[in-house]
Amino acid sequence: MSSKAVATLLGTLAIASYSGMGMAAADPYQLNFTPPASGIASQIYDQHIMLLWICLAIFIGVFGVMLYSLLNHRKSKGYKAANFHHSTTVEIIWTVIPFIILIAMAYPATKTVIAMKDTSNPDITVKVTGYQWQWGYDYLVGEGAGISFISRTTTTLDQRNNKAPKDEFYMLRADKPLVVPVGKRVRVLITANDVIHAWWVPAFGVKQDAIPGFIRDAWFQADRVGTFVGQCTELCGKDHGFMPIVVEVMEPAQYTQWVAQQKAQSAAAVVDVNKVFTLDELKATGEKVYAGNCAACHQANGQGIPGTFVALDGSKVATGPKAEHINIVVNGGKAGSAMAAFKHLSDVEIAAVVTYERNAWSNMTGDVVQPSEINAFRK
Amino acid sequence: MAAVHDDHAHGHGHGHEHGHDDHAHGPPKGMMRWLTTTNHKDIGTMYLWFSFSMFLVGGMMAFGIRAELFQPGMQLMTPEFFNSLTTNHGLIMVFGAIMPAFVGFANWQVPMMIGAPDMAFARMNNWSFWLLPPAALLLVAAFFVPGGAGAGGWTFYPPLSVQMGMGMDMMIFAVHILGASSIMGSINIITTILNMRAPGMTLMKMPLFVWTWLITAYLLVLVMPVLAGTVTMLLTDRHFGTNFFNAAGGGDPIMFQHIFWFFGHPEVYIMILPAFGIVSEILPTFSRKPLFGYSSMVYATASIAILSCIVWAHHMFTVGMPVTAQLFFMYATMLIAVPTGVKVFNWTATMWQGSMSFETPMLFAIGFIFLFTIGGFSGVVCAVIPVDIQVQETYYVIAHFHYVLVSGSLFALFGGVYYWLPKWTGHMYDESLGRLHFWLSMVFFNVTFFVQHFLGLAGMPRRVPDYALQFADFNMISSIGAFGFGLSQLVFLAAVVKCIRGGKKAEAKPWDGATTLEWDLPSPAPYHSWVTPPVVK
Repeated sequence: MSSKAVATLLGTLAIASYSGMGMAAADPYQLNFTPPASGIASQIYDQHIMLLWICLAIFIGVFGVMLYSLLNHRKSKGYKAANFHHSTTVEIIWTVIPFIILIAMAYPATKTVIAMKDTSNPDITVKVTGYQWQWGYDYLVGEGAGISFISRTTTTLDQRNNKAPKDEFYMLRADKPLVVPVGKRVRVLITANDVIHAWWVPAFGVKQDAIPGFIRDAWFQADRVGTFVGQCTELCGKDHGFMPIVVEVMEPAQYTQWVAQQKAQSAAAVVDVNKVFTLDELKATGEKVYAGNCAACHQANGQGIPGTFVALDGSKVATGPKAEHINIVVNGGKAGSAMAAFKHLSDVEIAAVVTYERNAWSNMTGDVVQPSEINAFRK
Repeated sequence: MAAVHDDHAHGHGHGHEHGHDDHAHGPPKGMMRWLTTTNHKDIGTMYLWFSFSMFLVGGMMAFGIRAELFQPGMQLMTPEFFNSLTTNHGLIMVFGAIMPAFVGFANWQVPMMIGAPDMAFARMNNWSFWLLPPAALLLVAAFFVPGGAGAGGWTFYPPLSVQMGMGMDMMIFAVHILGASSIMGSINIITTILNMRAPGMTLMKMPLFVWTWLITAYLLVLVMPVLAGTVTMLLTDRHFGTNFFNAAGGGDPIMFQHIFWFFGHPEVYIMILPAFGIVSEILPTFSRKPLFGYSSMVYATASIAILSCIVWAHHMFTVGMPVTAQLFFMYATMLIAVPTGVKVFNWTATMWQGSMSFETPMLFAIGFIFLFTIGGFSGVVCAVIPVDIQVQETYYVIAHFHYVLVSGSLFALFGGVYYWLPKWTGHMYDESLGRLHFWLSMVFFNVTFFVQHFLGLAGMPRRVPDYALQFADFNMISSIGAFGFGLSQLVFLAAVVKCIRGGKKAEAKPWDGATTLEWDLPSPAPYHSWVTPPVVK
């Protein structure tokens, strides 16, 4: 009776710690993979454990023999060296055995690879775009189609520079996570706008490079609700460390609600491109856009970083002709420049940020750039 | 140009044992000796000192990296500078430290071990070395140009590397120069080995170190031009309007990765095969027993070299290749475990029933086998695609390749230095300093890199200047280990300098179990050795 109770207790604890580990992302001594939250990730988790056991067995075998030899076959113990120097039989045996072990490893791996590559019949398709240094999500097919947003880190520069306290979500949260329903097959089409990034969610066992000019795909099916975090895993420039991937998995009903809410918001946010704003309105919006997209390089004070990122304060572009300024923001710098293209921003956002840059710091051009100008420029 | 001709110069008052003419006039004195030398031993010495200096430069960069990662948050530097450090740490350690060190060993040892008087192309040998300092200067000077040194990773991946400033161009030119040097060095080594062996030394009687270098040299000649080609394409993409790697112009950034890793994977074996060779010399000597399975060692080395040319895309399992390509590269990669396993088994069998003693070279050789095997295990883990999908570009990979490159290549180099120092300097090194160096390196190496497996599994990406709080403790441990490992190398410097300046006189054959030809020469080896080739039975 009591042993049964102990077993039950242990089992409960084991399950609790296993399922709770998703929450306890802050375990500073986590020794293994993030607990899986999809079928593929579970297969990977199990295969990794299997590999570890095989490696351990070989390790003990080989180094057990070597240790015995190191302890006993010593000159200091007066051990006389034997003189054998080959044995074809033995050599064939230890060529063949590893071969067989490798086949045992490769078989389950092959099945998983084939499953990972099968992206057919998705319930929802989302396009993921890597930008320096944020992620864009466009829901293309399935429930939620048409929703589109940019997802940025919530970690502030002050936190990074140790001027503000860091919490357990430091570097691991985004303002707008990718939201998907639980138990649905989600296909992600992955690409990039500027350089190569990589979209990784360890709990789903998905990692795919985001390659500018090409679209690759991957899929996952989350088996429980929760928040799942990954990071960009291809060096993409200075803020490579600061573009988290956050996926919020919801119950289908809740997801439907979220979709409705997003649709309502974007309907409310649609602005007539011909609407005319005042300088102050644009500057206020522009400052926010600047903080989210430009300040990482050009700095909040517009001074840039000498030798690396040009200053905007007093720059020729930000105080010269409007058209060139708009062009560089929309299309990026010349080939070879680190200046990315920002054509994914809306007309209002681009108009606002250009207006802001032309009227912030010591730039006092007094120019107002209206969304209609951007709209016309894009044509 | 050369003040001294090999034919009629005998060095230093040594080297008379071969009973030739005695109008010895040695090398010129001072700077000119080193600038104009065509002597394989002088050039070998310069290679080794050059590589040690670059090892310290690259080590300082590692110090910077681990200091920034000591705690979460940005403390010491900007993320751009951090990226420059990781980029150049990699480049300098690979091209500046490890590769030239092995060429230095080849210069010193290959002629002595095959009974040849010098390298086949003595003047080209001088040129191969003197190309290195300008290349190193370019790499280091890049830190002081506008925009700083290249910060796109040592792998040069476009389009990121297209965004960089002129530091990237300097990196590209440095690689061109280093590549030219390597190709010349390799041609020299191949020609020397194939044409200048002593009478009676058939290929299958060559010491294993010579064999591994012969195979390595072929790999170098095969792949260095490929690297030069692809970085040249990158250069023209950057400045001359080509679009090889720009999708908008019809190019493909992934093509760069394929070409780069066609060089890059054999490159890994270029850095480990000569290490296998050194370990295969040390183990039989200190086990006082012949190497087990000599011919299977040779065949295994050749198999590894051939396989290394068809596995490159395992560095690219996350780029999204078709499933058949994924599987092909997975199977081919896993196959490498077979010949590598054969080597480890053969080494174990060499030690089995030997009469072992544990001088410093032996300690490093055993440390090599032990830790390299751990690196081999994590290599198999990385080869299995589903698992690799999780660990690619994380600290797990960093741990993996430092286990094979530091406790692999570097430990073998240390072992080799201690093993041959008596022959090079004529003095015995200080055994207690050597052992201290080994044990400090062994402990701090594992403190630094073992925890990085856990960091990678738990999800810390590589090449990031900052990390989530969850990773703080392991990073701090790793940094402490790295500082300790770096400082331990000063013990090595002390041991080597002490040995050069004096110490117990070394006999011609200070190791009673040694069997190769160089031990038939007096210690220190005369400036010109084997002027009359020995006869190998």
